[in-house]
Amino acid sequence: MNEAQRLVDLIPRLRRYARALVGDRATADDLVQDTLERAWAKLHLYRRGTDLRAWLFTVMHNVHVNRVRAARPTDLIDDEMPELAQRPAQGDALLVRDLDRSIARLPAEQRAVLLLVTLEEMSYEEVARTLDVPIGTVMSRLSRAREKLRTMMLGQSAAAAKLKLVK
Amino acid sequence: MSDAPITESELQAYADGRLEPKRRMAVEAWLATRPEEAERIADYRKLAKELRGIYDPVISETLPPRFARKRVQWRRYALAAGWMLIGLLIGALAGWELRESRPALAPAADMGAAMARRAAIAHATYSPEVRHPVEVGADQEAHLMAWLSKRLGAPLRAPQLEEVGYSLVGGRLLPGDTGPVAHFMYQTQKGARITLYVRTDVAGNRETAFRYAEEGKVRVFYWVDRKMGYALSSGDIGKDELLKVANTVYQQLNP
Repeated sequence: MNEAQRLVDLIPRLRRYARALVGDRATADDLVQDTLERAWAKLHLYRRGTDLRAWLFTVMHNVHVNRVRAARPTDLIDDEMPELAQRPAQGDALLVRDLDRSIARLPAEQRAVLLLVTLEEMSYEEVARTLDVPIGTVMSRLSRAREKLRTMMLGQSAAAAKLKLVK
Repeated sequence: MSDAPITESELQAYADGRLEPKRRMAVEAWLATRPEEAERIADYRKLAKELRGIYDPVISETLPPRFARKRVQWRRYALAAGWMLIGLLIGALAGWELRESRPALAPAADMGAAMARRAAIAHATYSPEVRHPVEVGADQEAHLMAWLSKRLGAPLRAPQLEEVGYSLVGGRLLPGDTGPVAHFMYQTQKGARITLYVRTDVAGNRETAFRYAEEGKVRVFYWVDRKMGYALSSGDIGKDELLKVANTVYQQLNP
């Protein structure tokens, strides 16, 4: 199978990752489209025999970082910086998902690691290659992402319990 | 080796099911005597499962045609740029026309009808939305009210319509004729939706009775109460039920 076909086969996975990364469908699909356009244009730079998936997700990562940077020039790439801008909570009561929203609140770098590990089931080495960071950084981001997410979810269920009491 | 200290990285790898058997057993033994840590790792696994539960279905969604490979990108961009230019020209012309023809003060009836029309358009635009019916959801009602009140320059309150079967979905800010407008959406358990359009900048200081308008499939009851203008719209329910809801809204706003 040639690269172009394998790339096409990876589109659904790009979409899944993008959806979790940016939240809403339209923005996620825009990200996928930008990624694909860039990937098609740069496919000749891909080195045969290396991991096409990692290469493609790297392209997406770079496109995403550029888009975020363009949208928010002051965004700091720093693990300790909480993301100031949160995705607005979508109100359709049927579709509101607490987890969904908590993920959006993770710092971007931690969110990327968590999603690549959990959704793509990439090995930690693959994640390190894809994001171009040392593996130690992958592990610490993963650990922090999970702990933050867990704290947020615990906080939400505590708040929900409290609401019920008040009612 | 199996009694080497357990690292945080190993705990993460254990949560992901990626440890080789020897270390996995060591971690399991370690967790057995530390219930809090065991709970933490169990939570991580649960979160991972929920995460996959939410996003894995994306994999089987039909791909939009726009992902098909396009070789001649510049054509698309040129076309888009062309349309944008035309749009800008039309917008500029229309703006100029409006500026020229706008009366100093619209008569009251026209104002109401214009408001009903805008409300109906807003209803038709947002009520079919599945994922983004509102900007801020009812789960953040306090924030929603504070935000809209600030933008509209008047204290706003979303009526509670539970007694007539409608719960608040949320709200958004819209551009009105003369300034920002608040737009609240409600729905029944079965998914019938109504929207309430609220403006706070009505000129003159008058009150009107309920008036009724139909714009396409959308029914609208609207009224003015001093500076406030309200329009309640629905395409899902009949005139009588809409009137009932309008009455409830009115009572709630004028206790």
